[in-house]
Amino acid sequence: MTRKINLRIWRGDATDGALKNVEVEANEGEVVLDVIHRVQATQMGDLAVRWNCKAGKCGSCSMEINGKPRLACMTQVASFPEGEEITITPLRAFPVIKDLVTDVSFNYRKAMEIPAYEHPKDLAPGAARMEQVDVERSQEFRKCIECFLCQDVCHVIRDHEENKKSFAGPRFFIRIAELDMHPLDLLKNRKQKAQEEHGLGMCNITKCCTEVCPEHIRITDNAIIPMKERVVDVKYDPIRWLGTKIRKREGIV
Amino acid sequence: MTSLEKYKYDVVVIGAGGAGLRAAVEAREAGLSVAIVCKSLFGKAHTVMAEGGAAASMGNVNDNDNWKVHFRDTMRGGKFLNHYRMAELHAKESPDRIWELEMWGALFDRTKEGKISQRNFGGHEYPRLAHVGDRTGLELIRTMQQRIVALQQIDARENGNAESHIKVFAELTITEILKENGKIAGAYGYWRENGNEVLFEAPAVIIATGGVGKTFKITSNSWEGTGDGHALALKAGANLVDMEFLQFHPTGMVWPPSVRGILVTESVRGEGGILTNSLGERFMFKYIPEVFKSIYADNEEEADRWYLDQDNNRRPPELLPRDEVARAINSEVKAGRGTEHGGVFLDVSKRLSAEVIKKRLPSMWHQFFELAGVDITKEAMEVGPTCHYVMGGVEVEPDTAAAIGVPGLFAAGEVAGGMHGSNRLGGNSLSDLLVFGRRAGMGAVAYVKSNPTATVSEKAITDAAARIEAPFSRAGGENSYSLHAELQEVTHNLVGIIRTGKEVEEAIEKIAAIRARSANVAVAGGRKFNPGFHLAFDLDNMLLVAESTAKSALLREESRGGHTRDDFPGMNSKWRQVNHISSFDGNKVNIKAQPLPSIPKELFDLFDVHELEKYMTPEEIAKGGSN
Amino acid sequence: MATGVFSASRAKIKERTLRTDRWWVQPAITFGVLFSFIIYATLRAFENANYFAEPLISPFYSPCLSTECVPGSSLMGQPFNFTLFGSAISPALFILIFPLGFRMTCYYYRKAYYRAFWFSPPACAVAEPHEKYTGETRAPLILQNAHRWFFYAGLVFNVILTYDAILAFRNQEKQWGHVSVGTLVLLFSSFMLWMYSLSCHTCRHTIGGRLKHFSKHPIRYRLWTRISILNHSHQQFAWVSLFAVAFADIYVRQVSSGAWTNFYLF
Repeated sequence: MTRKINLRIWRGDATDGALKNVEVEANEGEVVLDVIHRVQATQMGDLAVRWNCKAGKCGSCSMEINGKPRLACMTQVASFPEGEEITITPLRAFPVIKDLVTDVSFNYRKAMEIPAYEHPKDLAPGAARMEQVDVERSQEFRKCIECFLCQDVCHVIRDHEENKKSFAGPRFFIRIAELDMHPLDLLKNRKQKAQEEHGLGMCNITKCCTEVCPEHIRITDNAIIPMKERVVDVKYDPIRWLGTKIRKREGIV
Repeated sequence: MTSLEKYKYDVVVIGAGGAGLRAAVEAREAGLSVAIVCKSLFGKAHTVMAEGGAAASMGNVNDNDNWKVHFRDTMRGGKFLNHYRMAELHAKESPDRIWELEMWGALFDRTKEGKISQRNFGGHEYPRLAHVGDRTGLELIRTMQQRIVALQQIDARENGNAESHIKVFAELTITEILKENGKIAGAYGYWRENGNEVLFEAPAVIIATGGVGKTFKITSNSWEGTGDGHALALKAGANLVDMEFLQFHPTGMVWPPSVRGILVTESVRGEGGILTNSLGERFMFKYIPEVFKSIYADNEEEADRWYLDQDNNRRPPELLPRDEVARAINSEVKAGRGTEHGGVFLDVSKRLSAEVIKKRLPSMWHQFFELAGVDITKEAMEVGPTCHYVMGGVEVEPDTAAAIGVPGLFAAGEVAGGMHGSNRLGGNSLSDLLVFGRRAGMGAVAYVKSNPTATVSEKAITDAAARIEAPFSRAGGENSYSLHAELQEVTHNLVGIIRTGKEVEEAIEKIAAIRARSANVAVAGGRKFNPGFHLAFDLDNMLLVAESTAKSALLREESRGGHTRDDFPGMNSKWRQVNHISSFDGNKVNIKAQPLPSIPKELFDLFDVHELEKYMTPEEIAKGGSN
Repeated sequence: MATGVFSASRAKIKERTLRTDRWWVQPAITFGVLFSFIIYATLRAFENANYFAEPLISPFYSPCLSTECVPGSSLMGQPFNFTLFGSAISPALFILIFPLGFRMTCYYYRKAYYRAFWFSPPACAVAEPHEKYTGETRAPLILQNAHRWFFYAGLVFNVILTYDAILAFRNQEKQWGHVSVGTLVLLFSSFMLWMYSLSCHTCRHTIGGRLKHFSKHPIRYRLWTRISILNHSHQQFAWVSLFAVAFADIYVRQVSSGAWTNFYLF
């Protein structure tokens, strides 16, 4: 079953741009990335689009489709009603480079700010023992394919360019949570840093990051809120604070 | 034209997949400065697609396992065409490489004792694949990406500049490897974002560009798999070895068309998925080759029992090495017993509950449900062979990963040849990346010590720049998209999974014709993120790879591993004694046969002589290995 | 100076959002329901009457600790004298601080009202109207971190309200073994309050989430897994418990004012 669909694709660069109408064929079972490729091969040879695996595993083809941040390779054309126009734009939280390609270097800069995993020095290769139940929480966050849709949708930076300085964003909150929950990681002050340096307190848990995650990572419930609670443990809980003075308890500090 | 960006590094690593990143880490830890160059964003390399796991004989699940068993499995899988030394190094070192990842923060699935869990996989005698669900490749790439960030953080702390020793040049295409006086001097390329040109001056270049899948019509590879490293190495004077061997993964998605080629991991079969044809027959029992009869079940009852008791039953034939399964599916489809879309059925829903499927094969479920609207807990998948991996690649010194014939050039990972012989076992690629990525890094470190500087001449720069500019100045020439499609059609039909001499000859002619036309490729639009422009360079690389594959395939008159000749069915021990070496004379690819290095006695003795008789000539057996 | 999606470097698109679905429906419903509840709760809190009808007490007025409480409604004595300039202050005004504080600082309700009342953001990928945004980093929103204290207080109230529900197994003559519609209403509301509290993120954290090694605390781990399942439905519990409590109050009010008869099943 082939049908004609109408696309509105944003074309332009940092200086200017506009939505351009284009009509293209779509076959049964095709995703938006397929029709973009068809447009590229037949009508707009220089249409810029980032993509890679085309299987929802690499997180390259992030864009906004009908205003929602999505992976183009995971968006079925059939999910839109017949006859409806599909609007495709680049991510709107990052500087645009050309057409559907944006400059996502913000995320790589933020990655650099998160202190790395610290392995116990006295553990010989192969000597580490970790229980499956202890690694499962962090494993969920390591499913992240770095599509940066959560970063794109997060209003803290999407709607406030100036917050980019002080806010790491959901992708890096799950990274911090992953390390804080890692059974062997030695670094002690991840919670304080999360609050004081990475802007965890800026998050008002409106859950858009969870809504857009193509890996269905429960970013807010399993990473951000637990991290906020851990921050309360070390910063806003006088009873626990007193507890640490009296006896050292696990999970604190 | 904008001004040329110039950089000086000790090592330039081309490719930021598993091998490239591992090489970069090694070189940086030895104190060298490293440029990592990749065509995509950092962390998007094709390595993320590897699902099953990384093979390493840690013996965590079955303590009978050790490097010798792994070595034997690898050689068997490669039909003894492997470079024995690479297979040996790989088997010996992969456990350390896995443990190292753990020390950098990787979180593999665990056994009850808290060790790294290992799973069964086709061709491996024991459960051997360290894994994380079915996203092991992602874990590997992310761990090394984060290791590189950790090293950059150290640099930032120590000398105030995070990029003092490692800098990632993402979305940059290398168009040429530069030499001066016969040695590597650097690399030349352009930013995909704006087309600005970049010169790297470096005494050592490590190629880690991965595969060539995009040469073929149906492939699991992404757009990046265009054989860049293979072609760059050829043009720089290095050799390619055994380019006729391509692994067609037996189970790629064949329906719906938009996801054609995408891989269905072997774990689906490892977890109990069965293959049936359109008549409902479980056909794999018909295709167990003589050499495997002792370890694969010949009836359904025993095959089913194996999932419960692996010590007392032979394995189901669905777990035969990939080439055997791919050929079997191909034969079924050719005999008219395929599905209407040209595949066969792979069904896991009958054996496992929906809950177990979602737990053990989460990405597969996700992939089928979201990309294709198929619920694998309820219905069978339609699968067929897809071009997945190239065994052939740059000919290297096993211990240093140095490309033979080009001082300063190194290659590791899929782009290097020899390790896997004629067929790669599943799970051996991730460990290959780690073992030889590290060795390439070490090789470069040793080389740079005695060759610390490199300078590129003005002439080399002007020539390289002229080649990049060329497609813009041609008017009304060929379209790179359509030439690519034509090439894929030729390779798919004429040098695909089943080959005949006549068809391969035809392919060689057609590839030459496309190559001639490709000299007239013209590009519309500007340099800024222009996919048509990018494809023009990729196309050139793919044409060289295709030529090398076709010409090697024509010479090898036997069927072995990832090379099946309809006119020469069956293995021939005489052909096991030669590698096909491709070289490039600036105009065309030439192939020569080169004797395989002979296996040393201590490795020879790891095998049962009767097993070796299936692969080797009586004279070789009588000799009993070298030294 | 334009910021957000209209910043100079971003793709030039004039629409605040290009979403084509009815993204405003959800925040509009949230706004309507929460706003109605606030109005109702305020009116009821100031009413200071019709909150007790033996054996039923409204959850808005329990525990009634003031000397001004109507006879029979105080279970724990009347240690306080809530009067100001001679007139009684409704005890509900003091009591409601705790459950409302718990709900105000709840991770779910925060999402709901930040979206519906403050448009921060109104919906995902819909540009918010504010120039500046600092989130929960400074006063007053930094007080959201007190959620844990309200959680503990909420548990105390759950116990009290459960006790109220148990007392409702009596008839008007204080004889045990009777069940009225009011019993069921109070029972349901206290049960839903328990579900709401137990499914709360703070509860999940306290029970086990804060541990680094689940394997060393098998019982807490098991509890954590159970609570995690409840936590999936925290949003649903938040709404159902809100309606249940509001209905319990309406029911008691109607019975107390004589508008409805509390029908006894046996």
